[in-house]
Parts: sequence; C-alpha cells; structure tokens
Amino acid sequence: MAKATITFEDINVTVTVPAGTRIIEVSEKVGSAITYGCREGDCGTCLMKLTEGWNNLSEPSVLEDKILRENMAGKHNRLACQAQVLGGTISVKPV
Amino acid sequence: MNSVVLENETGMPQAVALSERVHWIGALDPNLRTFDIILKTANGTSYNAYIVRGSEGVAIIDTVKEGFADDFFARLESVAKYAEIKVIVLNHLEPDHTGALPELMRRAPQAQLFISQKAQSMLKGLLKQDQLSYTPVITGDAVSLGDRCLQFLHTPYLHWPDTQCTYVPEEAMLFSGDVFGCHFCDNRLWNDQVGDFRFSFEYYYAHIMRPFKEYVLRALELIEPLPLKLIAPTHGPILRDRPTRYIQRYRQLSSPALHSEISAQQKTLLIFYISSYGNTKRMAEAIYQGAMQVDDVRVSLYDLEGGEVAPFVDLIEEADGLVLGTPTINGDAVKPIWDLLSSLTVVSLKSKLGGVFGSYGWTGEGVRLVEDRLRGLKLRVPIPGLRVKLIPTDDEIIECQAFGLELAQELMGIREARVINFADLA
Repeated sequence: MAKATITFEDINVTVTVPAGTRIIEVSEKVGSAITYGCREGDCGTCLMKLTEGWNNLSEPSVLEDKILRENMAGKHNRLACQAQVLGGTISVKPV
Repeated sequence: MNSVVLENETGMPQAVALSERVHWIGALDPNLRTFDIILKTANGTSYNAYIVRGSEGVAIIDTVKEGFADDFFARLESVAKYAEIKVIVLNHLEPDHTGALPELMRRAPQAQLFISQKAQSMLKGLLKQDQLSYTPVITGDAVSLGDRCLQFLHTPYLHWPDTQCTYVPEEAMLFSGDVFGCHFCDNRLWNDQVGDFRFSFEYYYAHIMRPFKEYVLRALELIEPLPLKLIAPTHGPILRDRPTRYIQRYRQLSSPALHSEISAQQKTLLIFYISSYGNTKRMAEAIYQGAMQVDDVRVSLYDLEGGEVAPFVDLIEEADGLVLGTPTINGDAVKPIWDLLSSLTVVSLKSKLGGVFGSYGWTGEGVRLVEDRLRGLKLRVPIPGLRVKLIPTDDEIIECQAFGLELAQELMGIREARVINFADLA
C-alpha cells in the first residue's frame, strides 16, 4: 500500500499513514491543536496551514472550496476534516 | 421629563429620532424571561432596528423578531416609504434580528441586501431561498446613500460567525449588532434615561461574548479609533452618553485578569480531581509531583469537592492546560466532573492541553468519556488517559509521575520529536 507522512509541526510528531488518509483521522489521536467542529466540511473550524507538500493533498471539493473562500483562506490553507494525503510528505500546523 | 414617545396620538408605533437622519424602528418585548435557552432577563428585551436616510436613499439596519414585525413596519412607515429603501444591512442573522426580513424584502424588492462574508451560508439556512440576491461585504467595503455612507466592519464571532458592525461616519454612529447590547427592556431607550442596566450589560457579556474574547479584542481594534457620538446595539439601551465607556469596559472584560503572577515564559497547568476512597487523589498528587519537575510550568492541584464551579471556570479560562481526575462509578465519570465540563462553554478552550486520569473498580469508562468530552470542547489530548484499577501500586504511582512529567513537557513543547506509525495509534 502506498504510504505518506504527515508532520504536525505544533507538536513535533510525524505519522506514517496509508495514502488516502484524511488529516482528521490522525491529528486528534496525536494531540495536535487542530480542532474540529462539524467534521463534515461545513463550519471551517479545522482550517489548517500547510507548510510543506500542499500539492500532495487531494483537490478541495466544491463544498470545501466554498468554505475556504468564505474564510478568505490562501492556497496553503485546507480543512483538516476534508483533505486527504495522497502520498509524499506534508507538514501541517493549526492556523 | 425622561420620556421617549414610542407611539403617536392614535396609539400607532412611531420611530424615535437618534438624529435628524437616523431613527430607531425597533420593538420592545417586555415579557421575555429566557433568551436562547441560556440567558435570563428580568424585564424583557428590545429588538433594535434602525433607519438611516441619505440624500440618495434610505438604509434599514437589522430588523426584529418575527412576532414583533408589526411594530417594526409601523415605525418604519412613520418615517419612510418602502420605495425609498435602497439598502438593507444585516449585522447579524439570528432570527431575533432577521424575523421581519422576508416581509421587508417583499415590500421593498428593489432594496439591495448587504451581509458579511460569513453570513452567506447562514442566510440560505435561515430563509430557505436559493435565488436570494445579496452582496457580501468586509472591512473596507462601503455603500453610499449620497450624503450618508455605510461603512462595514468585519467583526466575526460576536457572537456568531456572521456578525459585523456598520459605521456611519457623517453621524459618528456605530450600529454594533449584538456587541455592546444587553437584554434590558425600557421604553426610555437611552442609556442616560433608562433604569440601572449595568448588571444586564455585564451579564450579557459574560454569557454571549466571553467565549469569543480574542475576537472581541480584534473587533475593538477596529472600533476604538472611530469618532463616536453614539453606539446603537440590537438589544438594550442606545448608548449616547459617553459611549466609549462601554468600549473600555469590553476591553477590560476581554483582557486576562491573572497576568501579574505568571511571567511570559511560564505556562499554567491545573489538575482537578475528585476521589471517593483516596485512590484518584493519590494519582493526582503523583501527577502533580511529576509535572512540578518541569521548569516554568506553574502547576496547581485542586480537589473539586472543595470548590464551586464558577471560580474554577475562571481559572480554566486563564490556564494553558487542564488535567481532570475522576473515578468511574456505575460506568461513568462522576457528576462533579460533568458539572464542571458542562459549565465550560462560556470560555474559550481551543487548543489548551487536556489530560485525564482516574482509579476505577470494574470497568473504568470514566477516563475515556472525559477524554472525548475534552476533545469535543476543542482541547488537544495528546497523551492517552491514565487508569489504575483500585489502589495504585508503587509502580503505578511512578507511572502517574511520568504521566505528569510528560504532560508538563508537552505543555512546554519540549517533548522529543516522535515518528509514529498510523497502525500504532490508539
């Protein structure tokens, strides 16, 4: 199975995950300060910052894109409940 | 004479002038006793809405709760015709301010609706209309009424994501939405004429604005530089007498109270426990000892049985980390823990460090349940909760000390970098 690594910069933890894993599946378990509200891409609470590997994530859905725009997010911001890591290495931190 | 005329000689509601060009067209609800489930009010509330007249049209700022629409429309009609309405501004979409909106838009279909960026999805949810036309605005945006202008201030989370304020520079008036408001009903309207509403002002802040202090402070950065003759909130008295005092009070209420004892490089960790046979207490003391080994962590240990919830909530609001110890009784954490946890929604807990521990006899679910609750409250819980069956052994006490040490290191950001396999995560 294809692997990827996610580094949570705020707690200095790196997790090796199967490709396709959503950030939400990992961040709470390791105790990153990325926090969640609705958990379904509607509230924007889990907005996070990509410091490395933003193009290793799945493309935002129409719904996520709308929420990102409403929150005036840049291209290095994503919703942790929606974004899936497709491979390679990414680094994230809370906004 | 301290009276404000809210009705004409035939008993019809009429507008009240704030200036030659600005009128109050809201409604009074003296019989309300509970607002939004969470708030009490001893004399009701008001739903304040306003009309601003410029040389090239009229703006309506906010409306009222649906059941009070007749008063709102009567007051509006006393100073303007629907065909004159060019602009409708919604500073906040909660139904007590948007209840009359659908009917207003039906009566003034030419009016352009202005809402905040974050209000867009909420507007659809409230009005259930897909084809609604509106203009989203943010700080720096403005709309002209000719010789009067509406300037928008992006002030989110006061107290919904959508909230904004509207400033009219030619009048030096701020239409602040729920900010600086309170549930207080008095037909004299003005802050220098109504009864004593200070309690209501502070109570409203404590329940509505307190969870969003950081956003209050950001909003004040936008509001404080404005020349102000008057603040016109959506509830309670209109603040024309020394309005800046209310702004100063918001800054005081939103600023930390305990800074003087904690230096900038220190962090605070609170350990609360409750114990029936002393086992969870022993764990708490060992965790306390462990956490104390880390420099610059100011650790406090509290027995929940010895205090009341409100001051503990104050402590938690200011703290960097929160550790809770609970036994498991009948498959659950105990009530004093839940009482504390159910009282924390009035403060911001986002990204504080959380941890849970406890002794148990049979099943030990309490610790996991409280961990889930802490995550739900948006704390981060990086270290799995520590459970001990009945009386802690010497080895388990050492484990508790290590748990405290690890929590304190996590709080200070000095745990070593770790690499974890996803499959190994609990």
